[in-house]
Amino acid sequence: MSGFPILSLMLAVPLAAALACLFLEAKAARTLALAATLVDFALGVVLWLNFDVGGAQWQFTERLEIFSGFSWALGIDGIALLLIMLSVFLMPICIGASWNSIEKRVGEYMAAFLLVETLMIGVFAAQDIFLFYMFFEAGLIPMYLIIGIWGGADRIYASYKFFLYTLLGSVLMLVAMLWMVHTAGTTDVPTLMAYDFDPQVQTWLWLAFFASFAVKMPMWPVHTWLPAAHVQAPTAGSVILAGVLLKMGGYGFIRFSLPMFPEASAYFAPLVWGLSMAAVVITSLIALVQSDMKKLIAYSSVAHMAIVTIGLFAFNVQGLEGSMLVMLSHGLVSGALFLCVGVIYDRLHTREISRYGGLAINMPRYALFFLLFTMASIGLPGTSGFVGEFLSLGGIYQVSTWAALICTTGIILGAAYMLYLYRRVAFGDQKNADAAAMADLDARELLMVVPLGLAVLWMGVYPESFIAPMRADIAALDARLARAKPAGDSAPTNGKAKPAHHEEAAHGGSH
Amino acid sequence: MDWSHSLRLIAPEETLSIAGLILLLVAAWGGDKASRLISILAVAALVAAMALVAPALCGGAMGPDTSAFFGQYRADAFASYAKILIYLSAAASLVIAPAFFERLGAMRAEYPVLVVFAALGMGIMVSAGDLLTLYIGLEMNSLAAYVLAAFLRTDGRSAEAGLKYFVLGALASGILLFGMSLTYGFTGTTSFDGISAALSGELSAGALFGIVFMLAGLAFKISAVPFHMWTPDVYEGAPTPVTTFFATAPKVAAMGLTMRVLLDAFGEQVQAWQQIIVFVALASIVVGALGAIGQKNIKRLMAYSSINNVGFMLVGLAAANPQGAAAMLFYLAIYVAMTLGGFVAILMLKDAEGNAVEDIATLAGLSRTRPALALGIAIVMFSLAGIPPLFGFWGKFLVFQAAVDAGMMPLAAIGFAASVIGAFYYLKVVKVMYFDEPADVVTGESDVWHKAILAVSCVFISPLGYLLTKWLGGLSGTAATALFFAS
Repeated sequence: MSGFPILSLMLAVPLAAALACLFLEAKAARTLALAATLVDFALGVVLWLNFDVGGAQWQFTERLEIFSGFSWALGIDGIALLLIMLSVFLMPICIGASWNSIEKRVGEYMAAFLLVETLMIGVFAAQDIFLFYMFFEAGLIPMYLIIGIWGGADRIYASYKFFLYTLLGSVLMLVAMLWMVHTAGTTDVPTLMAYDFDPQVQTWLWLAFFASFAVKMPMWPVHTWLPAAHVQAPTAGSVILAGVLLKMGGYGFIRFSLPMFPEASAYFAPLVWGLSMAAVVITSLIALVQSDMKKLIAYSSVAHMAIVTIGLFAFNVQGLEGSMLVMLSHGLVSGALFLCVGVIYDRLHTREISRYGGLAINMPRYALFFLLFTMASIGLPGTSGFVGEFLSLGGIYQVSTWAALICTTGIILGAAYMLYLYRRVAFGDQKNADAAAMADLDARELLMVVPLGLAVLWMGVYPESFIAPMRADIAALDARLARAKPAGDSAPTNGKAKPAHHEEAAHGGSH
Repeated sequence: MDWSHSLRLIAPEETLSIAGLILLLVAAWGGDKASRLISILAVAALVAAMALVAPALCGGAMGPDTSAFFGQYRADAFASYAKILIYLSAAASLVIAPAFFERLGAMRAEYPVLVVFAALGMGIMVSAGDLLTLYIGLEMNSLAAYVLAAFLRTDGRSAEAGLKYFVLGALASGILLFGMSLTYGFTGTTSFDGISAALSGELSAGALFGIVFMLAGLAFKISAVPFHMWTPDVYEGAPTPVTTFFATAPKVAAMGLTMRVLLDAFGEQVQAWQQIIVFVALASIVVGALGAIGQKNIKRLMAYSSINNVGFMLVGLAAANPQGAAAMLFYLAIYVAMTLGGFVAILMLKDAEGNAVEDIATLAGLSRTRPALALGIAIVMFSLAGIPPLFGFWGKFLVFQAAVDAGMMPLAAIGFAASVIGAFYYLKVVKVMYFDEPADVVTGESDVWHKAILAVSCVFISPLGYLLTKWLGGLSGTAATALFFAS
């Protein structure tokens, strides 16, 4: 599999395009950015097609010792593959979403986005712990600029909050990484994943990593940067923030916290459950009363991410697979929802829910897709949302029935706020004349939402395509966690085979 | 130890002394008209001195062969590393000066001469193997620096900076001398080797006082908290090319000197000074970061930033091992590049008439009026904040790695957490340049040399700098080994 450095190429294409965009006019910059993201998507497809399911755990590995202290080591497993695919799939859509709505400083905007793409792929592909950290942290710079320059009214506050919050979480993680590398004597991530740290120390290391990933995730109560950043970011910024950047937290848990510190993860599992349960219920209730569409979806993201963490800390295959699928599904669905908001925001320049109404009448196609993504967000069977949430909750049920009960309540609340949102926006009377005069989706917008809709349905109807590449990796992780697995409180047992066979027949006969 | 060997070892100092004296004569007869010629010759002398010290670094010179004049002077790899940085900074300060001074009609022939003498003094500081050599080098540098700070005679702020620098610098020298006299009194020798040998057993209270006073004096020179108060005033008041010089070369020299004294002379008594350094490091990081937040003048902001950076470097010193020393030396190289880039960018901030602009608010919207300059400042700011993938991150990374490897987890955790406070004010500069509406104040043309130096520093601190990690890491490792070999 090794040989052609496809991962390096995937990093180089957007990076080169980003540098070029800085010097280009608006029109040329748009075209170049779209071309570069499409090339990267094509490379991603090649990557997926050549990925050997059931083959070696780490594929497409590259290693160059050109630095002192760390190395240029890339390589992916199934988990990383899927998240890279998500990133390269969403990027052309993001560029498309900003095609007309971004008018000032287009070159810089496109450059920032392409840089984000480079760094995201880098995060998922890095096999050196310090290289990972650099990609992980470097994403702050372009996101800070995207929110701060092209954001809405309170953009400056939001950009500061985003930057400082996430930076504080990450520096503690770096101290822990330094210690781990010092103790284990290697910066190689696969080796560190198999290294058994002293359970006493694991506690501290886990907390340091948790500080970073919990903020990135974001988990309640350190989620407050997310609504601020989302509301102020431009549409494409929100798509990429919700679609991929939030996944870095989940990826961090699955790649670092769980395999490297199994004992500490088990020890802190109740904490994660508690925070997740609180998050699901509290943020869903908050979402219910939002009058700003983007804020509502931002809070729903926090709730969905809580389902991810609950699945991750269920310590079984269902939970882990489920949380991966929730991440992928949420990447598509929340991205699509932000896109839907962006579509009508471009027309009316407001995100106030009450300014819309009855859009199903004048924008039928829009209403159709908005409904599809709303249903996917709720987790309707047949859409991507259902598979992941069902598996996650099934996983946690084996360990903690209470957590499963409360998180499922969150799903119900999720249905409530999403349907309520949809009713107010798409149904009812056309209260506002300007909203009633809005044109339906044009070709460009259809080109963005149709692929997303198809992907959502594909993942809902045939999730095997997405589970197959990561099955072996999840199984390996599950085996690694087995020694620390907390005892479940539900202990499902097989039903007793009833001896009274004739009784049942008699019972049936009486009808 | 014959004289000719010693004289060969001090070749760079001889070059600089003779060049300085000749240039002084040229200045005396040529007057201010010759200042450009003298600048060029001074840069040439500094480059020649760099060429003379480079072999010692590349060859990893250490041990008795590098000791001159009966141990008073050391021309080892450590000294060479520091000297290259010092000469480089001094040369850069000469290159950027004419464009600034000539417009004010203040380009005088003494400027390059003073810089050469200051560089000579700093070279002696980092090569010191004896308390007396140390003091001679320190004073030679300081006397030249006091004059440089007050170089703009017509500007009241410059005169004030010179006076403040002189009074506080003299006080610091006094404290340092007092510490040296105590050390001499309790060890009976002024040579570093002798002090190290005499202190190998139990530490007497008097010697401890000597260490503490010497540390206080040195902390003054590196502007570490709690002896940092002069820095913002002097940095703001001194002419910008001089500030550039102050923020780079003397920092390297004083830091090198501190390393020599603590790791070599007091290397046997790590316990006695380690906790002081830990406190000073953390206090510098925090005070530097908090102090910078309210600043409106970008030169004052850079002054607090340098206090902050000194704190980070001292984290490496607190580790008290070759790894920590190597990390500090690497950090110093990156720090010099970031500081040069930062101050050159400040020099490029001029209004339509060419007057220097120092108010941060006037940078508003710079990314639209002067995109290249804004990008340069943004790179410097993010790098100073230590955000990867910029190279400034690597300096912080190395010193904290040294601290963690030495088992000082709390120091690393607190220091890193405090670096987030620092990120705030660097972000503020980026915010003003990129997010605010253009103020259209900074419109003046930039000197081509300024552009060149800013470009070179930005390339160095960009992610491309990581390609140098092996080479620079090797050099700083050699230098650190040489420092510990002597003790």
